[in-house]
Amino acid sequence: MSLFDMRLQEIHNKLHGKELSVTELVEASFARIAETDSSIRAFITLNEDNARKDAAAMDEALRQGGERGLLFGLPAGIKDNMVTEGLLTTCASQFLSNYNPIYDATAVTKLKEAGAVTVGKLNMDEFAMGGSNENSSYYPTRNPWNTDYVPGGSSGGSAAAVAAGQVYFSLGSDTGGSIRQPAAYCGIVGLKPTYGLVSRYGLVAFASSLDQIGPLTKNVEDAAYVLQAIAGYDKRDSTSASVDIPDYTAALTGDVKGLRIGVPKEYLGQGIDPRVKEAVMNALRVYESLGAQWEEISLPHTEYAIAAYYLLASSEASSNLARFDGVRYGVRADNPDNLIDLYRKSRSQGFGPEVKRRIMLGTYALSSGYYDAYYLKAQKVRTLIKGDFDQAFKQYDLILGPTAPTPAFRIGEQVGDPLTMYLNDICTIPVSLAGIPAISIPCGHADGLPVGLQIIGKAFDESTVLRAAHAFEANTDYHLQRPAL
Amino acid sequence: MSITLKDVEHVAALARLELSEQEKEQFLGQLNAILKYADKLSELNTDDVPPTSHVLPMTNVMREDELHESLPLDKVLLNAPDEEDGQIRVPAVLE
Repeated sequence: MSLFDMRLQEIHNKLHGKELSVTELVEASFARIAETDSSIRAFITLNEDNARKDAAAMDEALRQGGERGLLFGLPAGIKDNMVTEGLLTTCASQFLSNYNPIYDATAVTKLKEAGAVTVGKLNMDEFAMGGSNENSSYYPTRNPWNTDYVPGGSSGGSAAAVAAGQVYFSLGSDTGGSIRQPAAYCGIVGLKPTYGLVSRYGLVAFASSLDQIGPLTKNVEDAAYVLQAIAGYDKRDSTSASVDIPDYTAALTGDVKGLRIGVPKEYLGQGIDPRVKEAVMNALRVYESLGAQWEEISLPHTEYAIAAYYLLASSEASSNLARFDGVRYGVRADNPDNLIDLYRKSRSQGFGPEVKRRIMLGTYALSSGYYDAYYLKAQKVRTLIKGDFDQAFKQYDLILGPTAPTPAFRIGEQVGDPLTMYLNDICTIPVSLAGIPAISIPCGHADGLPVGLQIIGKAFDESTVLRAAHAFEANTDYHLQRPAL
Repeated sequence: MSITLKDVEHVAALARLELSEQEKEQFLGQLNAILKYADKLSELNTDDVPPTSHVLPMTNVMREDELHESLPLDKVLLNAPDEEDGQIRVPAVLE
C-alpha cells in the first residue's frame, strides 16, 4: 500500500508519533513521480529543491513539539494556472513559458499555512481552455487507467497526479467542468465550490464570473479538509463572498435519511452512454437503501446551457487575455514593426489554436452589432438556467446525475472537432452558470474506465453535498480502486 | 448569422491576433459551426428576462482610499522582457 493510501488521521498520528517524517512523504511523492510521470506526464514543473528544504524545516518544527493540522506534511500538486512565487507558472502556454510569479495565489498561501508541501505544478489545457488536456502547449497528460485515453481537462494533470498516487491531493480550477470532469475520467473526487467561496486571487483568469478553485482528492474526507483550508473571504478578490465558513468535516456523518434528491431527466437522456446511465441508476439505488428519496425532475433550459456558456466564457476570456501583450511579462516577439505589431506577434506566437479560437469567438460576440444577439442574449439565458436550479431547490436538497455523458475518450479522437469537445460538458456547464457547488465522485466503471457521479447542491451548501458524497463512499468501494500502473 | 473572411480579419485585428491564411480558413469554418449552434438561443423568448452578469448579489466592492505600500521596483521588473533605467522598454508608440 502506498503511503498516500493512508488516511489523513493515520498520517497525522504517525507524523506526530515520529514514525513518519514529512521528508519521507515528500520523497515518496518524488519517487512516484519519477516512476510514473514519463508515461502520465501530469507535471510541467517540479519543485524539488524547495519542497525538500520545506520538508526538512517542517520535520525540525515537529521535533520541537506541538500539534499540527491534518494537512500538515502532505505533498500537493498545484494546477499551473495558480501563481506560485518563485516557481515557474505557465498556464501550459508558450506565452508564459518563462513567467516567474512575484506572489502566491491566496489558495496556495492558505495551503502553505495548513502545512501542505507544493511538490510541483500540474499540466492543464492552455489557459484552462479545454476538456481533455490535449490543448496543453507542452504535452498531453494521459489517463492513469489507460494511457491511450485522456485524463479529461482542463485540470487533467491535477486529476492524473492524484489517481496515479503522485501527490496526496491537488488543486484544480473549474470554469465549465474542469475539476469535475477530469475527476470523473480519472476515478477520483473533484469539488467545484460555490462561486465566491474560494478566493480567485492568483488564479490566472479565464472567465471571471465562472472560475473557481477546488480540491481533487482520492476520497471525500480529504476534499472536505482541503476545502476547509482554502475557503473563505479574501479582500484581494472583489468577487469573494463574505460568508461564514462552516466546519465541512462535521458534515461527514454518513447519514442521508430523508434526503430529497432530484434527478434531471435532461441529464440521463439522449447522448448519455448507457454504461454511465447504469452506474448512476445503481448509485441512486444505494441512496435509496440508505434512506434517501429521489425523483425525476426537469431542468428545462439545460439544452441551451452549452451555447450560453461558450458565448459568455469566451467573451470574458477575450477580455481577460488582453493583458497578455508581451509588454510587462511573458515571451515577447522579436523584431516587431511597432507597438501594435508587438502585441500581435507576441500573442500569435504565444497562444495555441484553442485559445485563439475562443478569443476570436469572444471578441466577435462582444463586438459592435453583435453584443445584443450573442453576449447579452447569453446572459439572459444564464438567468433562465439559474432559475431552473432555484426552482428545483425549493423541493429538493440535492440534484444528482452523471458528471460526463461518457467515460474518457482516446487521445486524438476529438481534437479535430471543437464542437464535439464542447458537448462533453453538458452535465457540468449548467452548474457553473448557476454558480452553485458540485462534486464528482467515482461510482463505477465502463470497460475499465471510471464513471463519475455528480452531486449538485444549493449555493454555499457544500456541507450537504459532502455529506451525501461521503455516505455513498462509505457504502461502496469505488474510491478504493487504483489504476494498475 | 454566418461570418465571412472579412469578419474573421476584422475580429483578428480587434483581438490583436495575426492569423495565417490557413488559420483564417480554419477559424472561419469552426466559428461558423459554433455560432450556428449558438443561434439555438434565439429559440428562447428573453424579452422580460434580466441578464445575469454575476451570480452573487454584490455591487461596487471597494476599499477605503488609503495609501498602502506599492510593489517594489525589482519585483515589477522581474519578468520584463526589456528594461532600461527602471522602466520597461517597448517599440515607439507614436510614429
